[in-house]
Amino acid sequence: MNTQTFIFCLHLGDNALILAQRNAEWTGHGPVLEQDIAITNISLDLLGQARNFYQYAASLFNSFNGEQKKVVDKYIPRLWKEYNRELQEDDLAFLREEQQYLNLLITELPRGDWAQSVLRQFFFSAFQFYLYQHLQNISDPQLAAIAEKSIKEVTYHLRWSGEWVIRLGDGTGESNQRIKNALADQWMFTGEIFMPEEYELIDVLSFKNSWIKKVQDVLSEANLELPQQTWTQSGGKQGKHTEYLGYLLAEMQYLQRAFPNATW
Amino acid sequence: MIGEQQIWNILEEVKDPEVPVLSVIDLGIIRSVKTSGDRIDIVITPTYSGCPAMDVINMDIRLKLIEKGFRNITIQQQLSPAWTTDWMSEEGKKKLKNFGIAPPNPRQQFCNSEMFQQEAVQCPRCNSWHTELISQFGSTACKSMYRCLDCHEAFDHFKCH
Repeated sequence: MNTQTFIFCLHLGDNALILAQRNAEWTGHGPVLEQDIAITNISLDLLGQARNFYQYAASLFNSFNGEQKKVVDKYIPRLWKEYNRELQEDDLAFLREEQQYLNLLITELPRGDWAQSVLRQFFFSAFQFYLYQHLQNISDPQLAAIAEKSIKEVTYHLRWSGEWVIRLGDGTGESNQRIKNALADQWMFTGEIFMPEEYELIDVLSFKNSWIKKVQDVLSEANLELPQQTWTQSGGKQGKHTEYLGYLLAEMQYLQRAFPNATW
Repeated sequence: MIGEQQIWNILEEVKDPEVPVLSVIDLGIIRSVKTSGDRIDIVITPTYSGCPAMDVINMDIRLKLIEKGFRNITIQQQLSPAWTTDWMSEEGKKKLKNFGIAPPNPRQQFCNSEMFQQEAVQCPRCNSWHTELISQFGSTACKSMYRCLDCHEAFDHFKCH
């Protein structure tokens, strides 16, 4: 059970960290200053959530017996094994390899244009919103506490991203076309959210209808149609990623790999 | 034996690095102070998960206590119950306003995911209620940006959380 919690924490932390890193690419590049600040504030919230999940995962791992450590060994960074010290949050973020990441594919897609970024944020925030609602009631007190804390932040993210989807969809011809393109590109990545994995302590299917209803409401207000269900891209939750993740990690992990255990 | 009240009084001197008029007590982030012998245990709760000020606050509390001659200090973070702006002291809200930041409204109906809501926020400079939201996210995670339509000043609002 504890090993399952460990892997689940990695999945939750990876989702938050990878999207935080993507959104942070907008720093200094937002369409206007206020929105540049908004999306990077969302980044910061997600980074904080990732830290909470990784800290908990690391503390679980450090208390594991040999048998349990063997079960989760494939997620443990190779470099850390030479360090001869306890596992820390930063090891999980900066030393794991691509296949050891369990984030949803949608979080690693390139930031694209503003429409791509806000639509992805909306899909993801709606998912986190319902997930954390369930996670608050889980029997594991630390996971429940992280969810209770995080859902307050996600509430703002959901409001902000939903408003932007409507603003673009119901805006000019150009903005409508851009968000339409984003929808066509991203829809096939949303199905993965609801493909259950054994390590998930929450039944993701239990809130699929709420998620679809929320998406439908916002899209219809944005003059957009809910796309037909088509082929679904998946694999991220099992460590099989798009070509984009490797480049993201290369940039994010550069410092810890070039200067192991660097601090400042 | 160290008195707990003595420690609370010292914590009054530790300020939020981002909003230096507020003490950590005003912010409502100190959950408990326990002393036994020469040992001090403090539990604090973070405002936002990713707030970079939290690490600094942690260190500032420690430094302040060391400065006052205490050595045996443990500071723990506790996530639940989650921090809310309702824990901010009335004194703190007044200090915020004098500093030029509109204090948080009670949590009431605005802390939800409903879109395009207008929240009544009073301009801290001219006290007008004739204001509009510029952005839900401001210079720090805990603030949003508003504009006063009467005195035309832009100002920060400490948003409800």
